Amino acid sequence: MTGPALEVRSLHKQFPGVKALDGVQLRVERSEVHALLGENGAGKSTLLKILSAAQAADQGECLLEGRLLDPADTPLARQKLGLVTIYQEFNLLPFMSVAENLYIGREPTRRGLIDWKRMRAQARAVLSDLGLDVDPEIEVRWLSVAQQQMVEIARAMTQSAKLIIMDEPTAALSSREVDVLHGVIRKLKGRGVSLVYVTHRLSEVKQICDSFTVLRDGRFVTRGEVSGATLSDLVRFMVGRDVEFVRRSRRAPIGGTVLSVNGICTDRDPLGRHATALHDVSLDVRAGEVLGFAGLVGAGRTELARILFGADRCERGVLYLNGRELRPLTHPAEAIKLGFALVPEDRKQQGCFLEQSVGRNLTLPSLRQIAFWRIFVNERRERELVEHYRQALGIKMAGPHVAIGTLSGGNQQKVLLARCMALDPKVLIVDEPTRGIDVGAKAEVHLLLCEMAERGVAVIVISSELPEVIALSDRIVVFREGRVNGVVPARDASEAALMDLMAVGRPTMPQPADISI
Amino acid sequence: MFLALLMVFFAYQNERFISLRNLTNILTEGSIYGIIAVGMTFVILTAGVDLAVGSLLAFAGMAGATAAQLIGADYAMSWMVALATAISVGGVAGYLQGKAVTLLGIPPFIVTLGGMTIWRGATLILHDGAPISGFDQGYRWWGTGTIVHVPVPIALFALVAAAGYIVQRYTRYGRHIYAVGGNPEAARLNGLNVAAIITSVYLIVGVLSGLAGFLQSARLGAAEATAGAGYELRVIASVVIGGASLSGGRGGIGGTIIGALLIGVMTNGLVIMHVSSYWQQVVIGLIIVAAVAFDTFAKARR
Repeated sequence: MTGPALEVRSLHKQFPGVKALDGVQLRVERSEVHALLGENGAGKSTLLKILSAAQAADQGECLLEGRLLDPADTPLARQKLGLVTIYQEFNLLPFMSVAENLYIGREPTRRGLIDWKRMRAQARAVLSDLGLDVDPEIEVRWLSVAQQQMVEIARAMTQSAKLIIMDEPTAALSSREVDVLHGVIRKLKGRGVSLVYVTHRLSEVKQICDSFTVLRDGRFVTRGEVSGATLSDLVRFMVGRDVEFVRRSRRAPIGGTVLSVNGICTDRDPLGRHATALHDVSLDVRAGEVLGFAGLVGAGRTELARILFGADRCERGVLYLNGRELRPLTHPAEAIKLGFALVPEDRKQQGCFLEQSVGRNLTLPSLRQIAFWRIFVNERRERELVEHYRQALGIKMAGPHVAIGTLSGGNQQKVLLARCMALDPKVLIVDEPTRGIDVGAKAEVHLLLCEMAERGVAVIVISSELPEVIALSDRIVVFREGRVNGVVPARDASEAALMDLMAVGRPTMPQPADISI
Repeated sequence: MFLALLMVFFAYQNERFISLRNLTNILTEGSIYGIIAVGMTFVILTAGVDLAVGSLLAFAGMAGATAAQLIGADYAMSWMVALATAISVGGVAGYLQGKAVTLLGIPPFIVTLGGMTIWRGATLILHDGAPISGFDQGYRWWGTGTIVHVPVPIALFALVAAAGYIVQRYTRYGRHIYAVGGNPEAARLNGLNVAAIITSVYLIVGVLSGLAGFLQSARLGAAEATAGAGYELRVIASVVIGGASLSGGRGGIGGTIIGALLIGVMTNGLVIMHVSSYWQQVVIGLIIVAAVAFDTFAKARR
């Protein structure tokens, strides 16, 4: 029984506007822990979805233990074949017991009824096998995150998994729990199970993985043995590329500090597994500057942005606006009155009213300014406003009355930007401004943001695309696990250096000369 | 469109349908719950629902009649006292329901389901379950009189519907309601006070239920403990047939008016055809499902 456990050949996947996978290959040997590395947007999630049959590739083939996988499989069929995926957001039923979760859909039965005794016994066996000391009768919601993860792994074991894919398994674990997890992984290896380990934590790759594959921009970069590579090598493989975005040249001078925060702390939300707690975050933003927020997903950037905007609360911290101390804001309405504007991270869920017209979407927060006696909407002025921004931003739409849901992602984003610009803000926060947008629209959005800065607006750009952050920003704040891990002037910043601060966690300032790209 | 077809069908079945008297009848009766339906439109636009409107109609009507009685039946302006009381009672009750939804986070369905029983019970308590009657001419005019040949309830309905339409179509507040119903998270991030807006729509439908309660008692000449039974379903059906989505953000007063007329025409037409009231319920239910299904398919195909 030789041959790789998993092989992926020439996988292609095209989405409207972006090629997610371009001839990607992957090979996982038996009893091997294989790391899958790459920046956000490199194509990892798409690859995982195709492997678990949540999506189908356009071209290419996947082989599990030499057998070709049918692209028309359902996710359940894949699981039955022995390919199990454990996602970052667990697929556990919180109000059911551990045993029930382990055997959901496959309960042992006796004469048509569930055999609870056998299920409990089997559950107990599997759990102790993995060294997990948990009562199989407890409802899953009472378990810690680490324990829940173990239950997920146990479930994979009950399905006789041959290949387990783990997506960011340690994102929510303490270092002790990580050790326990790694112990379990080694045990599984010993049993002949192969694992694909997707992570940003490069130090863990060194600890537990045997080999690695790096993806970049949807393409396969390289495959190698972990023993033969240094962390710097891995970083270089992940980010090395020609800088696509030209560094903007600043014309207007940067003004004084507009916004300053000190010691922002939040507690971890007990219900939300992945809401990041902030620890003592302090920074300042100046008029006319573009401040970039860099960091991995879950580093706390969006959390801070929402606190600045009054959308969420913080436990401790002080806010200074133009030198004046403020109570932390409690509602976005306050923030808007004070001159803040926000383009949220998820434009579909948090930004757009999809069924309503472009015009209405654009003017909603500005209605007070264009209403008679502040009650009746002045539709003529509204039309003029919409037309003004349509031209200024080049929004492509059939007309102001079409539903915003019919516009392309790039144009939707422009409408949301126009909505903010119409408020004439002093501080503009944009969260992932070019996510899911094609290259052409990206450049246009960048131009608009730079123009805002030139006009004296303090612009905060949150982005997971390092080239974008470097090209747009004057200074870059790097977040890591809820803390500010460094503030870098953009001209001194390189992708490798930022990645260093974001993922590897050395708090020292990066030496650009060290790492050659 | 569907409405026109239906009317032609009924007219064909029995020419008494088309008589002016019958049509006026339909409109007058329809106006009472039509007024409530205008308020219900706003509630449903916010992805909420108010099951208590029927009971509130009875409670507010009974409260108003009680107040009129206390003042003295020969006090010529008894209608003023009754109207003011009914509207206030409805408003306060609606406000309380709205607060329960926003402050306590209880789903509107549950809150108003509770309200439905509570206000009905309160109505029974108010006068030991017995009706109040004996209103003076000024009071009764509101239910049976006419303004320029148009029955008062119909005129009021037209007024309320027009006001509702203007608010929905031309005011900031109207836009805000659509925003809250369409995407409450995005509405909040745009600075809207979502809780206040939600509470306000329950207040509005409460006030309108109170008005309807007063009109009903004026029309029937008595405030009954059983008034408005089953009205909530008719009202919700009107709004939904009119194109509003129960998940909020879609629909409007115009559609609701047509929906209310449709329901009125249906009930009346079936009665005139001597269809048993049991079958009426079946038919009405089927037509409601059909109307909404038709609307859903039409939207899905787009």
